[in-house]
Amino acid sequence: MAKHIITVNKASLQETVHTGGCGECQTSCQSACKTSCTVGNQVCQK
Amino acid sequence: MSIHKFYLNGLYIILDINSGAVHVVDKLVYDMMDIFNGSNDEEVLAEFSTHYAVEEIKEVLAELHQLMDEDKLFSKMVEVPLHFSQKALVKSVCLHVAHDCNLRCNYCFAGTGDFGHTRGLMSKEVAERAIEFIIENSGPRINSEIDFFGGEPLMNMGTVRHAVSYIRRREQETGKKFKLTLTTNGVLLNDEINQYLNDNNISLVLSLDGRREVHDNMRPFVNGAGSYDMILKNVTKTIDSRSGQNYYLRGTFTAHNLDFAADVLDIADKGFTQLSVEPVVAQDCDYALTKEHLPQLFAQYELLAQAYLERKRKGQGFEFFHFNLDLDNGPCVAKRLSGCGAGHEYFAVTPEGDLYPCHQFVGREEFLLGNVFDGVKNTTLPDQFRQSHVLNKSECRDCWARFYCSGGCHANADLFNKDINIPYEIGCELQKKRLECALMIQALLRLESGK
Repeated sequence: MAKHIITVNKASLQETVHTGGCGECQTSCQSACKTSCTVGNQVCQK
Repeated sequence: MSIHKFYLNGLYIILDINSGAVHVVDKLVYDMMDIFNGSNDEEVLAEFSTHYAVEEIKEVLAELHQLMDEDKLFSKMVEVPLHFSQKALVKSVCLHVAHDCNLRCNYCFAGTGDFGHTRGLMSKEVAERAIEFIIENSGPRINSEIDFFGGEPLMNMGTVRHAVSYIRRREQETGKKFKLTLTTNGVLLNDEINQYLNDNNISLVLSLDGRREVHDNMRPFVNGAGSYDMILKNVTKTIDSRSGQNYYLRGTFTAHNLDFAADVLDIADKGFTQLSVEPVVAQDCDYALTKEHLPQLFAQYELLAQAYLERKRKGQGFEFFHFNLDLDNGPCVAKRLSGCGAGHEYFAVTPEGDLYPCHQFVGREEFLLGNVFDGVKNTTLPDQFRQSHVLNKSECRDCWARFYCSGGCHANADLFNKDINIPYEIGCELQKKRLECALMIQALLRLESGK
């Protein structure tokens, strides 16, 4: 059990280089006029 | 840069950028990360042993090396997935069903609805062709999206209704599924339209800027009168009619309300729970945001983050779009590179059927890509948009936020820098602050829940 560091998530970004890319997720607009902004706010649809 | 560390709301946080791992650490680890590079333990020991016990430093080093072994610290640079270089598939269009509006919002990027051209409504034929444009260009993808947009789309409900019926029929025929959204200022919402929108499972983006004086100052009717009272009444009824689901209330803050956290909380106080309030994009006007405003805006995001947490703990929480981060199941690398998809996966369609990279580019003639009858004729720009991702932009490649913002808004980059590869700086700064707040919130909520 780590005493000094707590990792709060299961990191997986690099794995998705090989597993992702299906493109079924929602479009993410990044302008200020729509609310589906910033890709980081999305959830994978798989 | 492979890590980003920050202190916020009592938490020392280290983000491992390339893996997405989020670590909450103590002060010793936080300070050690200023010099620890993965292979200089002796240097770290020499530096910190004057203030900390050697055994404690060794404990930390052991934990750090374990994280490195698990690819959760100093993880290597992400590569561009091979499939990303393949041809883009269209997945979404923004239908400008009305280039006209019944409000005269001061900050409107659409020139109060006409996008710098004549006011006009989209015909049913153009809407049908736009839907076919997606079907023909979306390949094997199942899920697609259409946003009914304007101007004010409720000014052309005839075409909206026709398009929805056409979409539902084509879904049956093609096996595609369309998620539908309508972005409205709320003026024309009534019981009959609410019923229609609810029956057809159309998500709503409803515009409300916050406090009455803030909203009325920027969102007047054509005659100059404030629209707040009518909009609040209408959106309340609309949201109630759909049991508080399937909507976002979104506002815009400007230099006139730099204390915008009060506007978010004012909306939350009205009982609305799905909120997004975003910075205006403007230059050379009295409401434009400038670099001088940034410290105050950063403080507002921190204040909002604290209020967000307090209300959640009391069971009176609300969702603020930019604080919603799924730390475990976020988008894949390909998605993070493609970002909004403007110009290659996402297109805007004008009332005349012209295609632009997105709704923000409509009216910028150098970005006209083709039309829904003849398809995309400009074959150069879509590829430029596709290649304009964070790993190809010099200012994004080394930014810690690169896999969360995906390089920012192309339209804003073009507006401010005349180059889609140079991001809009104020937008970047605000984005990074929102992300720090979001990471802190998600980390704290997980720690508090014991998960």
